[in-house]
Parts: sequence; structure tokens; C-alpha cells
Amino acid sequence: MTNTVIHSQGLGKKYLIDSAHAHVEGELFVDLLWNRARSIGRRLMGAGGPVNAPASRKTDFWALRDVNFEIKAGELVSIVGHNGAGKTTLLKVLSRITEPTEGRIEIFGRVNSLLEVGTGFHPELTGRENVFLNGSILGMTRAEMRRRFDEIVAFSGVEKFIDTPVKRYSTGMYVRLAFAVAAHIEAEILVVDEVLAVGDAEFQEKCLNRMSEVANSGRTVLFVSHNFAAITALTNRSIVLRNGRVTFDGPVDAAIAHYTASLARVEQRRDWGRGENASLLSASLLDQHGNPTDRYTPGTPLRVKVAFQTSGLPGMSLDVVLRDNHNVAVGHYTSANLSRISLPTEPGRYECVLSLDRFWLAAGEYGIDLLTSVTNIMDDHGVDSAVRFVVDTCSPDGVPFNFSQDLGYGNLAMRLTEPLVFKPVPPSGG
Amino acid sequence: MSSAEPKPQIHLVLEPGRADREYWRELLRYHELFSILAWRDVAVRYKQTVIGASWAFVRPFLTMVVFTVLFGHLAKLAQTTGAPYAILVFAGLLPWTLFASVMGDVSTSVVSNGNLIARVYFPRLIVPLSTVVVALIDFAVSLVILVGLMVWYLYVPGWQILLLPVFVLLALLTALGPALWAASMIVKYRDFRFIIPFAMQFGLYVSPVGFSSSVVPEKWRLLYSLNPVVGVIDGFRWCIIGGDSPIYWPGFVLSLAVMVFFLWLGIHTFRRTERSFADMV
Repeated sequence: MTNTVIHSQGLGKKYLIDSAHAHVEGELFVDLLWNRARSIGRRLMGAGGPVNAPASRKTDFWALRDVNFEIKAGELVSIVGHNGAGKTTLLKVLSRITEPTEGRIEIFGRVNSLLEVGTGFHPELTGRENVFLNGSILGMTRAEMRRRFDEIVAFSGVEKFIDTPVKRYSTGMYVRLAFAVAAHIEAEILVVDEVLAVGDAEFQEKCLNRMSEVANSGRTVLFVSHNFAAITALTNRSIVLRNGRVTFDGPVDAAIAHYTASLARVEQRRDWGRGENASLLSASLLDQHGNPTDRYTPGTPLRVKVAFQTSGLPGMSLDVVLRDNHNVAVGHYTSANLSRISLPTEPGRYECVLSLDRFWLAAGEYGIDLLTSVTNIMDDHGVDSAVRFVVDTCSPDGVPFNFSQDLGYGNLAMRLTEPLVFKPVPPSGG
Repeated sequence: MSSAEPKPQIHLVLEPGRADREYWRELLRYHELFSILAWRDVAVRYKQTVIGASWAFVRPFLTMVVFTVLFGHLAKLAQTTGAPYAILVFAGLLPWTLFASVMGDVSTSVVSNGNLIARVYFPRLIVPLSTVVVALIDFAVSLVILVGLMVWYLYVPGWQILLLPVFVLLALLTALGPALWAASMIVKYRDFRFIIPFAMQFGLYVSPVGFSSSVVPEKWRLLYSLNPVVGVIDGFRWCIIGGDSPIYWPGFVLSLAVMVFFLWLGIHTFRRTERSFADMV
């Protein structure tokens, strides 16, 4: 017990899902008054009155159930699981944002959580002001911030604009500054949710390096990510969550194998849950004749059939992320931003076929994550690996060569758009 | 260098319904967050708009002019005190504006800071409390108008003016109780927020802003003081106009009692619901 820093016993978190009000935030006070009035009316009229059974439209949803684990000081632990498995809820409970419904957690030490970069950033304030604001929100004292300010600014690379309001920043600059603050948080226990998925490749690498620096400085880190490469690089123990329960707890490699296997197993009919406004119902890959398939032929349109139900909220987007068998993102499509198409505003069930480019995908396994979002700002309903498929061979133009994921040269075979001609260059005089 | 510091061993137990015994001490520990959130609200307010700063000036000033012209000159409300009507009105308008802006800002503060609450832990009371600072600064700006009015009418206040800070505090506490209660309600019942502006508009005419509470018939006066703002406004008038506007003590004590009750209700409701804020915002 001496060096245990987090001890979770029988942890559970229950949410009430109100199907009647799925479309509004919170409840309506008018309803409360109405219900009170009705129950008073019923009492006055006695048993003879019209007894309308108060149809309880609320259903329980256990985001976490019976979660037990123990983390020792200095351990680097990743939490793996598909969307809705309870990862974020676990982080929220650990960082005291929300209260557990049952069970108990003991924590020894100061916890700082990064559930998002740039929490509390205000567009009207300058970069400098936001650094202090954000740091303070993340639990740093002003003295700590002052000590680390120069380091943070240097890390972000936006020195020149540090006194400009962040509303004038490009998205890249904004994210860099926000991550820079996050990366310099001091805490004994650091809880990180998927914040690496920001910025360009160079910056991501910088972030990964910084994360491993933090990890190697003896702090305890809890890390949630979909990126298996990052998980393997940063952590040495993984907790796999599925439907709110721990299904595996052990070395990272074994955990990833367990997770991938469980994905394949639950593929047939796992519960996708639902979103607030637009719920994904089913999806499948189509072959060239429009029949469902689990094989994709490179060089043909990638056709995905998606069924969904929408509440009719305007500006909803249907998004797709294609991932390889290491769960690394290969490509992205978002209907709102990449083709300015929103989901229908008439409530109901719909079906559509996303016919995407002809890709020369490397041989191997792929998964497609589907997501509905509110104008790409707020995720509504996400289903990881909604569709899984296999590419058997990738041999553009029938060459006797199979380009596969295992080669480590990426996932796209590149092809020429005009013939490759080698022109002799006369030796330059001089 | 931080590793050299002796590590304070923090031991936390997270359990359902665990009443945080350290809540108030923790609130103090988060004083830096309090000041930085307050600073943010002030900075944003005065940065954003050209009239940002002047807004605090224009609003009470115009209201005062309207009241003076409409009620003072056209409606010819009885001149019950020796002080100029403009000052009488303004002495009522000051605490009312403070009360109304605290009510308005605090009651929506939890919802408008939803992104913070959903992503970071801190004692939630920090959010409404830091919101109060903006209202206080606006109040300070309006005080300047009062000084201007006094100079204009060559009116010299009595010694009671020194007690003004006490009544400022009273105005804050009076507003904070119902505001905290409303803030907790709005998180759960979103339509509740439409009630506040309406109630404030209504309250402006029910409270003794445009008139002195002494015009209320004696037998109704105690009942009238159930509105806690009555006590606050009477107190302000007494500070600014002095003996010309004496405090009606039974009513004042009643107002105080109502204030204490609402403060208790507000804090109690807020503390009871704050742990589930993150699940609802």
C-alpha cells in the first residue's frame, strides 16, 4: 500500500438517459411545474381521478461498473477501449469533475487532468493572458506559471504573437499555445485524454517527446488514446475497458491484442449506443454491385452504406475516419466541411451511400470510424470501427508486387499521373 | 527544483455523496483561480466593446434621468425628503442595479462556464463568486455618477455615508442567495433563465427605487419589507441622504431575516447540486 497512488474499488457511474428530452439540454422547469400540478390534482381528486401512470421515460445507463484497479507511483498506464466504453467517464471521476455513483477511489497526491487542450481560453484575451488563465484553471499557482512562462512560450513557438488576442491566431497557433501550457503542468499524477491528436506531424512528435519526458520524470501518468503507436511508446501497462467494465489489465502488447480481438468479436452486433441528435444505426462496406462485403478492391470507389436517425437539428455532419490495423488514421471525410453537406433537417431515419475516392490502399486490415457531429464542433455519436474490412492485395496496374501495410511505407500506394520519362541532361559546362 | 520541495501528501477519497469536510478550506486554496476568473470577466467586458466601460456609466445614468423626468416632474410624486429627487432616485438605483446585475450574472454563470465545469475540477462556488466582481466594478463606476450628482446639486452627505460599504456588502449578500439558488436551478431547468430577467424588470417597480419606501402606508410597511431589497435600498438612502430618510427598523430587521434565509437556501441548494453540474451542463 505504501506507494499506491490510485486505488479504485467497485467503482461505478450511472447516468440517467431521458429519451423524451434527448433533444434539449437539461430539463424544462415548465415540465416540473406541470408534473407537480398534475400530481397535486391527482391527489385532490383521490383514487377515482384519472390515473395516468407517470411514464418514466428515463433509463439507467452504467458508464462504469465494478471497476477495480490499483496504480503505483511512477506507473505509466494507458486506458484503451472503443467510444462509449467509459474511458472519459473514468478520467472524469478520477479528476473529480464528476462524482461516482458507487464504489470508492483513493488518491494519494495532486491530480491534474488534461481532458482537452485550451480549456477556458478566451478569444478576446492575448496569448500571454490566456497562458496564465489556462494554467490557473489547470491547477497551477501563479508562481509556478511565472517560473515556467518563458519555457511555455518557447515550446509553443508563437513568441511573436504572444501579446495578440488569440482570436487572431490560426488554428495551428492556437492549438500549439494551448498544448504548450498543458505540457508544462506540474502534478504528481497526470491524467491525459487524447490531446495528442492535434497539430501537424512535427508538432505531434514534439508533443510525444514531451510526453515521454514527463513520463520518464517519475510521475504517474494515465493516458487515454486511440493511437496504439503512442500508447506503445509511452506506457507499459494498459487497462482495457468494454461497456464500462475492465476486461483486461496488463502489459500493453497483450492489451492491444486483446482489444483488437474483442473488436473483431463484437463486430457482428455490438451495441452502438446512440447520440443526442443523430444516431448511427448500421453501416457496411459495399462492393461494386451494391452488396455488403468485407473485402475492398484497391482502385475502386470506397463505398460505405450508412443508416442513421436524426432529430433534424440543422448543421449536423457525418464524418468518417479510415484507420489501418495499428489504428493510425489514414484518411478523413467530413460531410459538413469537405463537401458542405449537412444531415437532413426533417427528423427521421435515413440511409445513404458514401462513395469515396478510388484508393490504392495497402494490403491489410482497416477499420472505419463513423461519427456524427454538430458542425464539427461537438461530437454527437461516434462508433469506432463501425465497419472493418480487408484488402487482400494491392498491386496497381497488375504489377507483380504486393504493397502491404507491413512494409512500413504507409497505407497508400502512389501512382503516376503521367508517364515517367528520364531525360538525359547534358553535363554542365564550366 | 520542485522535487526539492517537501511533498505535501494529499489524500483524497472519492465516494458517492461524500460531504466534503474540507470544502471551505479548499475554496480558500483556490483563491488564485477566483481572482483570475474575476480578472478574466472584467478584462473581457472592458476589452470587447468600445462602450464597455461607458456602459456601466450610461445605463444607471439614463435610468436615473428617465425616473427623474417621468416620476419627479410629470407624475409629481410627493417630495418627501429635503434631498433633490435625482439623488433620492439614484440612491435607490445604485443598490438596485448592483442587486439586479448580480442576480443576472450569477444565475447564468454556471451554465456559461459549462466548458470549464465539464473539464476541470474546482470548488464550483468559485464561478458565481468571481462573477460578482464585475458587478462590483460596475457599481464603483456608478458611484462616480453619484459624486457628480452631489456636486451638481451642491449636496453634502452626512456622516452616515461612511457606513455605505456595510450596505454594499448587504446588497451583495441579498442578491447572492437567490442568485445561487437560481444558478443551480438553471443548470437543470434551462427555461428557468427566462424567469430571471422578467423578475428583475418586475422588481424594479415593486422595490422602492423611484420612490421612498415611506410612501407605503404604515400598516403595509412590514409586509412590504418581506422584499429584502427594500431593506437594502432603505439602508443606502439612509447612508446617502441621512436623517431625511430614516430606516424603518422593524422592516429592516425583517428584510435582513429574509436575506439570511435566501442566502442559506442558495448556498445549500448550490452545494447539494454542484457535484452533478458536470453531468448536466
